[in-house]
Amino acid sequence: MALADATQDNVPVGDTTDSRGRLVTSDGTPLRRALERSMRRRKLTAFALVAPLLAFIVIFFAYPIAQMMWRSVDNPQVVNALPQTLEALQDWDGRDLPGEAVYAALHADMLADLDRPRREQRIGPLGIRLNYELSAARSAISRTSRNVADFQAPYKDAFMDAHRLWGQPELWRVIKREGRPLTLSYYVAALDREYDESGSIVRRDENRQIYVNLFGRTLVLSVAITAMTFLLGFPIAYYLSILPMRYANLLMIAVLLPFWTSLLVRTSAWIVLLQQQGVINSLLVNIGVISDDGRLSLIYNQTGTIIAMTHILLPFMVLPLYSVMRTIPPTYMRAAKSLGATPSTAFRRVYFPQTLPGIGAGGVLVFIISIGYYITPALVGGQSGRMISNEIARHIQQSLNWGLAAALGTMLLVGVLVLYWLYNRLVGADSLKLG
Amino acid sequence: MSSKLKLAALSSAVSVMALGAAAQDPVSLTIVSWGGAYTASQVRAYHEPFMEMNPHVTIINDDGSANALAGLRAQAQAGNVTWDLVDMLPSDAQLACDEGIILEIDVDAMLAPAPDGTPASEDFLPGSLDGDCFIPQIVYSTVLTFRPDAFPEDNQPSSIADLFDVENFPGRRALQDRPGTNLEWALYADGVDPDDIYDVLSTPEGVDRAFAKLDTIKDHIIFWTEGAQAPQLLADGEVAFATGYNGRMFDAIEVEGMNADIIWDGQVVEWDGWVVPADGPNVDLVMEYLYFATDTQRLADQAKFISYGPARASSAALVGEHADLGIDMGPHMPTAPENYFAPIVLDNDFWVDFGDELRERFANWMLQ
Repeated sequence: MALADATQDNVPVGDTTDSRGRLVTSDGTPLRRALERSMRRRKLTAFALVAPLLAFIVIFFAYPIAQMMWRSVDNPQVVNALPQTLEALQDWDGRDLPGEAVYAALHADMLADLDRPRREQRIGPLGIRLNYELSAARSAISRTSRNVADFQAPYKDAFMDAHRLWGQPELWRVIKREGRPLTLSYYVAALDREYDESGSIVRRDENRQIYVNLFGRTLVLSVAITAMTFLLGFPIAYYLSILPMRYANLLMIAVLLPFWTSLLVRTSAWIVLLQQQGVINSLLVNIGVISDDGRLSLIYNQTGTIIAMTHILLPFMVLPLYSVMRTIPPTYMRAAKSLGATPSTAFRRVYFPQTLPGIGAGGVLVFIISIGYYITPALVGGQSGRMISNEIARHIQQSLNWGLAAALGTMLLVGVLVLYWLYNRLVGADSLKLG
Repeated sequence: MSSKLKLAALSSAVSVMALGAAAQDPVSLTIVSWGGAYTASQVRAYHEPFMEMNPHVTIINDDGSANALAGLRAQAQAGNVTWDLVDMLPSDAQLACDEGIILEIDVDAMLAPAPDGTPASEDFLPGSLDGDCFIPQIVYSTVLTFRPDAFPEDNQPSSIADLFDVENFPGRRALQDRPGTNLEWALYADGVDPDDIYDVLSTPEGVDRAFAKLDTIKDHIIFWTEGAQAPQLLADGEVAFATGYNGRMFDAIEVEGMNADIIWDGQVVEWDGWVVPADGPNVDLVMEYLYFATDTQRLADQAKFISYGPARASSAALVGEHADLGIDMGPHMPTAPENYFAPIVLDNDFWVDFGDELRERFANWMLQ
């Protein structure tokens, strides 16, 4: 637009035009090109200023996330360890045990692995991988590979003697199914499903289903925590916004105090307050509200998670609300009242709608942070107050099943993005206001 | 002194310093352990004497053992191994060993013989050397602990069966939020012989039986995650029973003065020990350290600071008094004969194989 303006109106026509009537600068280059050049330079400068941050985000944020998502489908273990076996398995029907040729190929694969340097051996990771699909497959692999050098033909009997699982078609079905470089089985497991004998995906045995329930609970808890921070934060933010600045700042410090305390200290403080022999219960017993036998269970359950997380996340709701409320001129409410509105109508029709951008921003912040929280639920949540992040952390840190952790993490990420998209469609993300 | 002479003297001084530096290049070893009282016991029994003998070595403690498996894998995959030695459980060690990210151990070549000349492979307690990459250090156990003041004096609990008896022994129970130990105890309380527990648990009916037994106390359970939570719950009076690591319970009872008693019946015994990350920065020095820190005297020394049993048979006779409290440590060892009457030895192979499946079922059961 600027370019068009320049060529049409603003630049005086005269000796600054060339022979074809185009505008030129004093050194004779066409004005259009000179402008483009200076615009490009400015864009480059702007880009150079942004580049460090961009590189930082790509290297430390986008790339690890992409790598994490890749892990949820990456499946190299079987392909790497058992190339000959997989080839021999191609014609197997998947019902009865495979024939001698397959066992011989397995023997050859395992022998080949023994010759590799230890760090590059593939049988160990193979056992760990197969154990995710079938319990005890790990010991079937490791016990066999320890003695495989002594095996004599017929190999089928030798393998079946070494471990009972080699005599079960189930282990072979797993090997054949996972003998592809990409897999969906981590997502199948993350959705509480499994493959049945014919290879179709079915629901898992009822007492092994956990993840779908946990996702649901994580959503419910996050909504509850967001609602609680709103109910508690709105009046605080309103009060702060009508106070004179110096009192408001003092109170703001009180709101921000949780930010400056170690997370573990805060959580431990809640344990002291909320447990059955804790401060609140003892106080209630002493003033006679509840009996000594009827002490409330305020911690190690969902109540504990909601209370502790509401406290921790409260500033994320108060800050955006406060900064939005500060900008609402008090004259609007007075005008509404002078036009005959009752205080509640004026609040409902005039004041409240103007705080919506702050509510949206605070709500989205609190909701997204709480959906991925795990330290506090682990400490105060007991068994009913746990969230999906606790399972993800367990799979990353303890069970070492990074594929499943990645699948759960990807589902959580996609879920959050879908919710954000819905929010954007319903409310509009540009109405968010952080200050 | 002429300036030439000065120069010569100076240069020879420099070369002597350089030589000295080559012989005593300062090295730091990063040793990963569990933190708290446990790391403190290792510092006093192993690290400090080793650094005294080797003044150029500095040992840095990292309290990362709880997540050591993930750390080892991440470092190996990034090709940047910064840990020299890691303290971990044998089941985790087996996983890391299968992945090839820790070194295999040649017991007699790497570890000191007993003072009487018994080779290390025969001196370490039976079963402790089953892993290919694992060097045992201590025996610890998970024990049941209770508050005596929660029950009348003539009716104090004394067995694992009492944990599952809410009629005679009412009160809340703090159990660890994982299937290991809990399932074993459920079967033991249900009448299964300690030696048969893993055979029963390997069958679907056995698993159902264990969960059915756990169902009977489900409404009375609080789950704990971190080792420090269990004694805390007991001390706060939140629970009447708590399961916990015997060293932590010893610390809480004897050092902190908590009012609680340990029930040694059905103690679940497990090893803990060292693994050496493959491609670590100072493998030779680590081997020197390991030879020193796992000899008979050093293992016995550790028991002066924490009530975990040394993994060597020859160390048992050398266990003496607690270094600060002066009480005799012998009776507080999980392996003391009066405590070791009905032990359940944790089967790591079983848990590596069935851990995932049973953890899922246990998590599902907790959520129901």
